[in-house]
This record gives sequence, structure tokens and C-alpha cells, in this order.
Amino acid sequence: MSTAAAPATPPSKLVVRDLCVYYGEKKGVGPVSMDIAEKHATAFIGPSGCGKSTFLRSLNRMNELIPGCRITGEVKLDGDTIYGPGVDAVSVRRRIGMVFQRSNPFPKSIAENVAYGLRIGGLKDEREIAMRVERALQQAALWDEVKDRLHDNALGMSGGQQQRLCIARALAVEPEVLLMDEPASALDPIATAHIEELINEISREYTVVIVTHNMQQAARVADYTAFFYMGELVEFDRTDVLFTKPSNPRTEDYITGRFG
Amino acid sequence: MSAGAPAADTPRSPRRTTAQRVFVRTVSNRIGDTAMALSSGFATLLVLAILAIILIDILRNGIGHLSLTFLTQAPSEGMTAGGIFPAIVGMVEMVVLMTLAGVPVGVATAVYLHEYAPAQARATRMIRIAVSNLAGVPSIVFGLFGLGFFVQFLGAGIDKAFFHGQKVYGQPALIWAALTMAVLTLPVVIVATEEALRAVPRELREASLALGATKFQTVIRVVVPQASAGILTGMILAVSRGAGEVAPILFTGAAYFLPHLPSGLSSQFMTPSYHVYVLATQSPDVDATKPILYSTVLVLLALTFILNIAAIVVRARVRRQSGLAH
Repeated sequence: MSTAAAPATPPSKLVVRDLCVYYGEKKGVGPVSMDIAEKHATAFIGPSGCGKSTFLRSLNRMNELIPGCRITGEVKLDGDTIYGPGVDAVSVRRRIGMVFQRSNPFPKSIAENVAYGLRIGGLKDEREIAMRVERALQQAALWDEVKDRLHDNALGMSGGQQQRLCIARALAVEPEVLLMDEPASALDPIATAHIEELINEISREYTVVIVTHNMQQAARVADYTAFFYMGELVEFDRTDVLFTKPSNPRTEDYITGRFG
Repeated sequence: MSAGAPAADTPRSPRRTTAQRVFVRTVSNRIGDTAMALSSGFATLLVLAILAIILIDILRNGIGHLSLTFLTQAPSEGMTAGGIFPAIVGMVEMVVLMTLAGVPVGVATAVYLHEYAPAQARATRMIRIAVSNLAGVPSIVFGLFGLGFFVQFLGAGIDKAFFHGQKVYGQPALIWAALTMAVLTLPVVIVATEEALRAVPRELREASLALGATKFQTVIRVVVPQASAGILTGMILAVSRGAGEVAPILFTGAAYFLPHLPSGLSSQFMTPSYHVYVLATQSPDVDATKPILYSTVLVLLALTFILNIAAIVVRARVRRQSGLAH
């Protein structure tokens, strides 16, 4: 389906046109066209291997770290094209942050994890850094749990705390878009609930795109949901519409659990 | 189903006769297993026995003469008395200089090979092959290289340029021995560092890059610190190798005997490994030298063991501290 599915009535933050991702000669995803709404949460669902994560990673140019990966088509962030000659992937990733499936804190202190993005961005003022670390930890609903042990190693935290730390770390650099690749798939139900609450919270201020294999999660956190199947975008609509009145029979088969 | 094949996949065979025959080990299989277990076990025993004989002999003969004065005094009376203090000092100085010179180059090379060089390129593979060949070069060849390149070319050149041709650096010296040894131990550092870099989880690189870090920032702030345990291990192994080698420093800086400690980079120096050689071959009184010889070997062995154990401890500790907790 290369037609632009564009249910978004709020302004579009990311505009994707005919995006294809190739691994060597093999096409992994596409062509995909979609508009992602600003300051809302958009979920990508679909069975394993459907290309949803690959597509997500092409939105902040993380795919190009994989040898042999090639991307065609267009992605625009507020009208600025992110692929193209002269566009620096580093500056793209500063505006489009990412949280990964497996929490991946650095083996540093909690505070230094959050400060990392600020420091590499050239921020030197320690007071400013401390302030923004606190704010990011508060946004990630982690501040109260860690404020007395900011200098402990982050690897001593629980899995759910580590993932919220990764979210705080991503938020600290104040990106415009936050991509989340199955952020709760390795967590227990309680930690997952924390993360979902958090996504609901931050999607008021940030554009959030979340990949999940958990349909209930998509229904709980996302304003818009896209269903991917076999490397193609099958359907993209408001979450309530997609889950109650899907227009494509394959979407209906998937959400009713007939395959996947 | 060929006739001699083991019975492992016969359950599906139509030629199966009884259930017993299917699962019974053949006699030839059993003999093979037993023979292999016996011969490999014997080989292991042999290795252990050799090590034990060496250690016991050195300990028995060397421990008697070992004392604080032995470690803190210079050799005296034509090396038939006194200690090995200058040799220990010389070794420490040489090893420190070697580390300062060699480790940065080795680490940088490994970082280039693993992080920047195109992985599949022929040139990258050639460099790797060159590095492992460097590791296979006999150490006496490094000694000759050091003499030719460092002493006679670099050293003489420095003398000509700065000392009006007076022999200062154009002769065997601490600095040249250290540099020669640095070249010799480069492969150890490079291989250990590359291995450590390979072990850095992809997730950490991605975390850094996704925060808008450049590749350089990622390498400097995340990858190399994460690999520091492996780098440190490589460094200690290089030091332990450097402490024991004789051939590379034979022509480039080691002295037979010095009445004083090295005073600068252009001084010659004594070192335990070379001292062992000197005591064993050049002594005027073999019987008087023997306990000193044994004790020197014991000290050398102890230093090497300590360094190797330090390498293991450091590796374990840093790995525990920086492992991803999943």
C-alpha cells in the first residue's frame, strides 16, 4: 500500500513518502507513506518480522549503522528532509530520539546517564546540567525513586527503572520526536504499566512513535495506530477506528487474533 | 545406511532388527573413546609435571638466597655476591617506558581496525594478517631491528642533529630498548584491544548514537571505556612479556653490569632476564653464582606470575562493574 494513509487532523510532525528499506538486494520494508501527528502517540503493530521496527529505525537514521542497508524515499521532519546529501545523521538524531527494546544504560551513574546527551551536545555548565537531569528524571517519573542515589551505578536499578532511565536520557536532550522500539517487551506487567502511563504523559508534549507487538498496549497508549504486515503498511487510522472498524480484512484478522 | 556407521540414526532404518542393537555402543567406539581419554589425560599430566618440576627446582634452590638485601642491593664481587636491585629498577623503568610508547599506538591501531576500517576490505584483512605476523617474528629479529633502526638510525641521527656527533643516543640505551620492546608487544595490545572492542554490546553504541553522539564521541566516551578491562589485560600481558624477554634488548640497551642506576633515557640498564643469562654464562665462579642465579629466576618468575594474576583480577573486576545487567 503506497497510498498515503493520512488520518491525522493535527499538524503532521513527520511526513514519510514512499520509504523503502533494503538489506542488500532484498526489500525489507515499503514503500510506506504516512503522516505522523505532532504531540500525539502513534503505534506500529504487526506480527514479528513485519518490518515495523525496521521502519521505525529508518525514521532517525539508525538503520544505516547496519552494513548493507539502503534506504529510498523521503522522510521530512517539519519539512526538513532527513535523508539527503549534506544532511548529518547526528543532527537528525538530536531532534529524533530513540528508546530501545532492551534497556541500555551506560555503565555510569544514574545522573551521568541522563547527562550524557547534554555533555556530548557541548553543555558545560554543571548547574544547568543538574537542573536538566532532574527535569528529565521527573518527566520519566523516576526522580522520586532515584533522587537520593543519583551517583549510584545505573546498572544496579531494576529493569523497569533502567528503561525509564533510558527514556529520561532520551528526553534530556529535548528531542522533538521520541521513537520507542518495543520499550516494555522485556518488562513485567507492573513495570510495563509504569511505562505506558509515562508514554501517555509524554505524548502530550512530544511526538511519540512506539512499536509494540502488544495490541492492548497500542490501544492503551496510542492516538493513532498503523498495522504492518509483510513489510507493508496495511492500515493506518485513529486507534479507536482501527481496532473497532478496521477497513482492511487483514487488519481485522490480525486484531481478532486469527494470525500473528 | 553404510555398514560401519554408528547406530545413532538406525531407529528410522528399515534394517533395524532388535531394539537392543539400536542403542548399543559398538566396541570400536568404546575403544576409541577410552584411548582418547587416556592419551589426552596423559598429555595433560605431562604438561603439569613439567611445570611442577621447573617450579619445584627453582623454589628449592632459589628460596634460600632470597632476602630483602638480595632485592635491595647491587651485585658485588664479580656478581658472586650481592643482590639484583639495579636489575629490578632497570626492568621497571624499561617496562614503564615500553607501556607509555606501545599501548597508545596499539590501542589506536585496534580502534582504527575495528571501528573505522571497512570490515570486509582487503586492506583491513591485510593489516590484521600483518599484525599476527608481527607476533610471530622471532624476538632476536626485533633486537636486530631495534639496533638498526632505533640505535643506528634514529639515535645516530639525533646525535648528529643535537649533540654535534657526540655519542649520546647513538648507542644502546634505555629508550631504544623500551621502544624495541614496545614494537615487540604491539600485537599483544592490538589483539587484546580489538577483542575487547568486539565485545562492547551493540546496544551501548546505539544508545550513544541515538542521543546524537558522533561516532568519535561514541568511541571515546562509550566504546573505549567499556573495553578498558580488555585493554588493561592486554597491557598487563604485554608488560609481563616485556619483563621476560632478553633478545630484543640484548643489542639495544641492556647492560652486562652497571655500577649505578640508569640516570636517563640514554643510559644503559640492567634487567633480571638478561642478568640470568649473564650469571649463567659469564660468571667467573659458577658455584658461588648458582644460588644468586636461582633467586634471580625466582624473582623473575614471581614478577611474571604477579602480573598475569593481576591481569586476570583486573579483567574480572572491570567486567563485573561494567557488564550490562540483564
